Amino acid sequence: MKDTERERKWGNIVGTVAGILILLASLLLATNLCAADAATSPAIPSIFNPQSTPADSIYHLSIFVLAVTGVIFAIVFSLIAYAITKFRRRSEDGAEPPQVYGSNQMEIAWTVIPVLIVLVLFMATARVIHAIEDARMPKGAIEVTAIGHQYWWEFRYPALGIVTANELHVPVSNSSRPSPTFLKLISADTDHSFWVPRLAGKTDLIPNRVNRMWIDPHDVGVYVGQCAQFCGIQHAKMLLRVYVDSPQQFAQWVQEEKRPAQSSDAAEEGRRIFETTSCINCHSVSGTVADGRFGPDLTHLMSRDTIASGATPNTPENLKMWIQDPDAIKPGSLMPAMKLNDPDLDALTAYLETLR
Amino acid sequence: MASETIALNLVKLGTRPIGDRLHDWVVTVDHKKLGILYILYALMFLVIGGIEATIIRIQLIVPHNHFVSAEVFNRMFTMHGTTMIFFVTMPILFGFGTYLIPLMIGARDMAFPRLNALSFWLTAFGGLLLYYSFIGGSGLYGAGEAPDVGWFAYAPLTARAFSPGHSTDFWTLGLLVSGFGSIGTAVNFITTILCMRCPGMTLGKMPLLAWMNLVMAGMVILAVSPLTAAQLMLSIDRYLGGHFFDAQAGGSAVLWMHFFWIFGHPEVYILVIPAFAFVSEIIPVFSRKPIFGYPVMVAATVCIGFVSMSVWAHHMFTVGMSSYGNTFFVITTMMVGIPTGIKIFNWIGTMWGGKIQFNAPMLFCIAFLFQFLLAGLTGIMLSAAPFNWQLTASYFVVAHFHYMLVGAILFAIFGGFYYWFPKMSGRMYNETLAKWHFWLFLIGFHLTFDFMHIPGILGMPRRIYTYEPGRGWEIWNLIVTIGVVFQIAGVVAFVINMLRSLVKGESAGNDPWDAWTLEWSTSSPPHDYNFARIPVIRSRRPLWDLKHPEDPDWKYE
Amino acid sequence: MSCAAITRPSTEPDFILRSRGRVGMFALIAAESAIFTIFVVAYIFYIGKSVSGPKPKDVLDLPIFSTVCLLSSSLTIHLAVRALRNAKVGAFGSWWFVTIALGAIFLVGTAREWQRLIFEKGLTVSTNLFGTTYYSLVGLHAFHVTVGLIVLAIGMIFALLGKVKQEHSERTEILSLYWHFVDVVWVIVFTVVYVIGR
Repeated sequence: MKDTERERKWGNIVGTVAGILILLASLLLATNLCAADAATSPAIPSIFNPQSTPADSIYHLSIFVLAVTGVIFAIVFSLIAYAITKFRRRSEDGAEPPQVYGSNQMEIAWTVIPVLIVLVLFMATARVIHAIEDARMPKGAIEVTAIGHQYWWEFRYPALGIVTANELHVPVSNSSRPSPTFLKLISADTDHSFWVPRLAGKTDLIPNRVNRMWIDPHDVGVYVGQCAQFCGIQHAKMLLRVYVDSPQQFAQWVQEEKRPAQSSDAAEEGRRIFETTSCINCHSVSGTVADGRFGPDLTHLMSRDTIASGATPNTPENLKMWIQDPDAIKPGSLMPAMKLNDPDLDALTAYLETLR
Repeated sequence: MASETIALNLVKLGTRPIGDRLHDWVVTVDHKKLGILYILYALMFLVIGGIEATIIRIQLIVPHNHFVSAEVFNRMFTMHGTTMIFFVTMPILFGFGTYLIPLMIGARDMAFPRLNALSFWLTAFGGLLLYYSFIGGSGLYGAGEAPDVGWFAYAPLTARAFSPGHSTDFWTLGLLVSGFGSIGTAVNFITTILCMRCPGMTLGKMPLLAWMNLVMAGMVILAVSPLTAAQLMLSIDRYLGGHFFDAQAGGSAVLWMHFFWIFGHPEVYILVIPAFAFVSEIIPVFSRKPIFGYPVMVAATVCIGFVSMSVWAHHMFTVGMSSYGNTFFVITTMMVGIPTGIKIFNWIGTMWGGKIQFNAPMLFCIAFLFQFLLAGLTGIMLSAAPFNWQLTASYFVVAHFHYMLVGAILFAIFGGFYYWFPKMSGRMYNETLAKWHFWLFLIGFHLTFDFMHIPGILGMPRRIYTYEPGRGWEIWNLIVTIGVVFQIAGVVAFVINMLRSLVKGESAGNDPWDAWTLEWSTSSPPHDYNFARIPVIRSRRPLWDLKHPEDPDWKYE
Repeated sequence: MSCAAITRPSTEPDFILRSRGRVGMFALIAAESAIFTIFVVAYIFYIGKSVSGPKPKDVLDLPIFSTVCLLSSSLTIHLAVRALRNAKVGAFGSWWFVTIALGAIFLVGTAREWQRLIFEKGLTVSTNLFGTTYYSLVGLHAFHVTVGLIVLAIGMIFALLGKVKQEHSERTEILSLYWHFVDVVWVIVFTVVYVIGR
C-alpha cells in the first residue's frame, strides 16, 4: 500500500473538515431539538411540548433516557475519535504494532457497566408503563368510545348520548378537579392508531379488540394529530383534532350535541334530497329517518371546523366539492361522488348548512 | 511454484466464446460464481429500490405535493422496503458469505453446491415475481398492482375485503419463493461451516466472518420459517376462505403482528450480523492488530442470536398489550443492547494502539462505528416503551432503522466491497474515486437521516403520501430530500469505480492488504478449486503465522 | 508460497468433522419445526374462539389406527436402515416397503376422516376458526408425509433395481431422520388437536 506525503496531508485536512462538520451538525441538531422543545406554537404537535399527564410522564422519561444515551454517545464518540487520530499510521517503517489479543478485565468492565445502565433505564421505564397503562378511571372522567374507520374517526360519548366525528371535544382537567377523558378504542375495519402527540402516546385501534387510553389536558386549545397506523389509501388524511374546552364551554358543547337536528323550513328541499338519495345509507341525522352508520354522523356537521376528517376546512364551497367530487379532496376515500345536478347540490348544501 | 504453473495451464483467460461463458454462469454451482451472481442481482435492486426511495422523497419535499398519487406512493414505500430487505441486503450478504466462507475455512466449495444454485435462483425468481406486479392492474404509471400494504403487510388490510386485487398476492408469493431460497442458503452455510473446515481449524480458530454467518444462518432457519407460515396462513385466508386473520370470524389482527415480528425482528439481526462480520475482518487488517477479544466477540454474537428471538413485540408496544407484556419486552430489548455494545468496545479496542490506515474499506468501517453507535442508542430510546408510544410509527423510527440499515449495514457492505473487490476480480479499485464515494455518500446519509429524526419528534407519522403545512415539518422534509442527491452521487461514483476498475484496474495480486485469513493465500481471483492443497492451520491468523514465523499467533491463543 | 502446508505435529488427533448430510438434515428439520410451531401456536390460540360452527368435541374422532400405523412406520424404517447397515439388502427392501405402506395407510385414514368431516359434519377450512386451523395444521403435516412418501418411493424403486447397497446406509439413515421428524410432529399435532383441543 503506497502512501505519499501529499496523501497524508490531504487526509489530515479532510479529517479536520469532517470533524468540524460533524460538530456543527450535532450542534445544529441539538439546538433544533431544544427549539422544538421551547416552541410554544401549539400548532406544532411536538412530543416535547406535552400538555397532558401521559405525555408529560413520557416527556420526563424521554429526557432521562436522552441524558443517559447522550452521555454514552459522548464517551464512545470521543473514544472512537481519539483512537482514529492518535493511532493513525504515521511512519512507513512497516513494523507491526504490538499484537494485543484482548483483556479480560476490560471485557468485564464494559459488560458490567452496560448491565447497570440497562437496569436503571429499565426500572425508570417500568414505572412509567405502569403509571400510564394501569391508571384507574376516577369518578369525574369523561368516557369516549373512539371507532376507527377507513378514513375517519367516530366518537361516541355513551354516558352523554352523543355521537360525533373527527373532532373530539374534551374538558380541560386540572389537578384540583380532575376530569380526564378515558377512551375506548375499537376499529370497524383495519388497524388504525390514535396519535395526538401533545396529549399522549399513540394507541392502536384494532378490529375485534378493545384498547384503552386516557388523557387529561392541562390547557384549553386545539391539539392536532392523525392516524398513525397505515390503514389504506387515504391513511395520510385521517386527521385528528382534539378541542380541549373549559368546563363551561364543554358543558355548552354537550348540550348542543345532545339536541336532535334543528328543522328549518328554508332547507326543506335540501332535506328532501338528502332523505331520498343514498345519503341516508351511510349518514345519520338524529331526529330524522337518516340513520346510516357507515359514514360520519351529520347531525351537528356545522359545529365542526373541518370536513373529511380534517382534509379540508368546513366551508360551503368545500362541502359542495366533497359531495360532488370527493376524489378532488381525498382520492380513494369511501365517500362516493353523488352526481347531483347544480340546483340539487345547492339545495342539499343549504340543508347541511342548517345542521348546527 | 509448481501449483501456480499447473494452475496457469489449466485456466485459459478470455479465449472462450461469450455464449459459452454466459452459459457457465447460468448453470454454475461454483460458490464463487454464485456469490457474484447474488451480489450483482442485489446491486441491480439497490438501484431500483433507490429510485423508489427517490420518488418517495420527491413527493414529500413539500406538503400537499402532487408528484405521485396516493396509490402510487403507497406502492412505492411498500416496494422500497420489501426490495431493500429481501432483494438487496439479504442477497448481498448471502452472496458475500457464499463467496467467502469456503475460502476462509479452507474448503473447495459449499457443502451442497447444487442447493446453493437452487437457493440463488429461487431468490432471483422471487424478486422477479414481485416486480412482475408492476405491469399488472392499472399499468406501469399507476405502478401496476405492486404491493401497497406496507412491507409488513398488516392484517386485516391484506384481507380480500380490503385488498381485492393481487397486490398482496405478489408480495406473499414473491417472498414465499425467495424465503425457500433463504432457508436453503442457511442450511448450506451451517453445514459448510460445521463440516468442511480445513484441518486444524477448530471452531475457536475460524474467522469471525464464519462465526457470524453461522449464527446468522441459524437465525434464518428459525426466523424465516415463521414468515413462511404466516404467509401460508394469509394465502389460506385469501384463497380458501380461511379465517386466521378475519376479525369477523374471531380472527386476530394481532396474531399476524406476532407472527410477522417473530420473523421481523430476528431478520434485522440477520442483516446486521454479517455486517458485523465485515467490520470484524476489515478493522483488524487496517489497524494492523488482531481482533480484540475474539472469544468475547463470538460469545456476544451467539448471545445476540438467542436474545434477539425474544424481543419481537417491541414493534407492538402500541397494540395494547398489558403492562406486564410491555415490560417483558422492554427488558429483553434493552438486554440485547448489551452484547451489541460490547462489540463496539471490542472494535475500538482493536484500533487502540494500532497503526490505522485510512483506505476506503477502513473509512467505511469507521463511519459504521459512529453510525452504528448512534443507531443503537436511538434503539435504546425506542426500547423504553412509553417513549416508544410517541416515537413508533413516526419518522423517528424510520430514521432509526435507516440509520441501522444504511448507516451501519450498507456502509459495512461498501467497506466489504472495497476490501474484497481485489480478491474477487483480481484488480485494484481506484482509491480516489472510492474516497469521493465515501464522502459524498456520508454527507448525503447524514443530511437525510440525521434530520429525519426531527419530524418524528414533531409528530409526523410514517407512510403518509402528504402532510399538512403548518405543523413545522416542511423544512426538515426539504433537507431530508436534498440529502438524496448526495447519496445518488456517491453510488454513481461507486458504480463507475467498479466498472472502470474491472476493465482498467491494476493487477491486485494475491494479498494487496497484507491480510491474515486464508482467502488471501489464493490467487486473485481464486482458481475454480480454491486451494491447490487444502491448508492445515494452527491459529486464527494462518497468514500471520507464515509471515511472522518468529512470533506466530498460536503461541498466544 | 501461499498455500504451503504447515506440518502438524503427529501427536494431534485426526481432524474429523460431522457428516454433511446429517447436519444439513438437522438444519432442514429445524426450519420445518419452526413452521409447524407457528401453525400449532395458531391452533392453540384459537381453541374455543370460533364464533359459530362445529366444535372439536362434536366432530373429531380419535384417529387411533392411523396414528398406530404412522408411529410403527418409524420403527420399521429404523429396522430397514439397520438391516442395510448390516448389509442385509433384502430385509432392507422389505422393511422399507412396509414403511411406505404404513405411511400410505395413514394418509388414507386422514383422507377418510376429512371426507367424513366435510360431507357429514359440514366442517371445511372456511367454516370457522376451528376448521381453518384444523385443516391447515393437519394438512401441512399430511403434505410433509406425502413428500416423505414420494422420496421413500423413489428409494424403493432404487432398491428394486438393486442399486441400494451397504455403502448407502448412511444416506438412508439421514432420510429416515426426516421420516422420524414427521412422526414426532404427528405426536405433537395429535396431542394438541385431539387431546388438548377437544
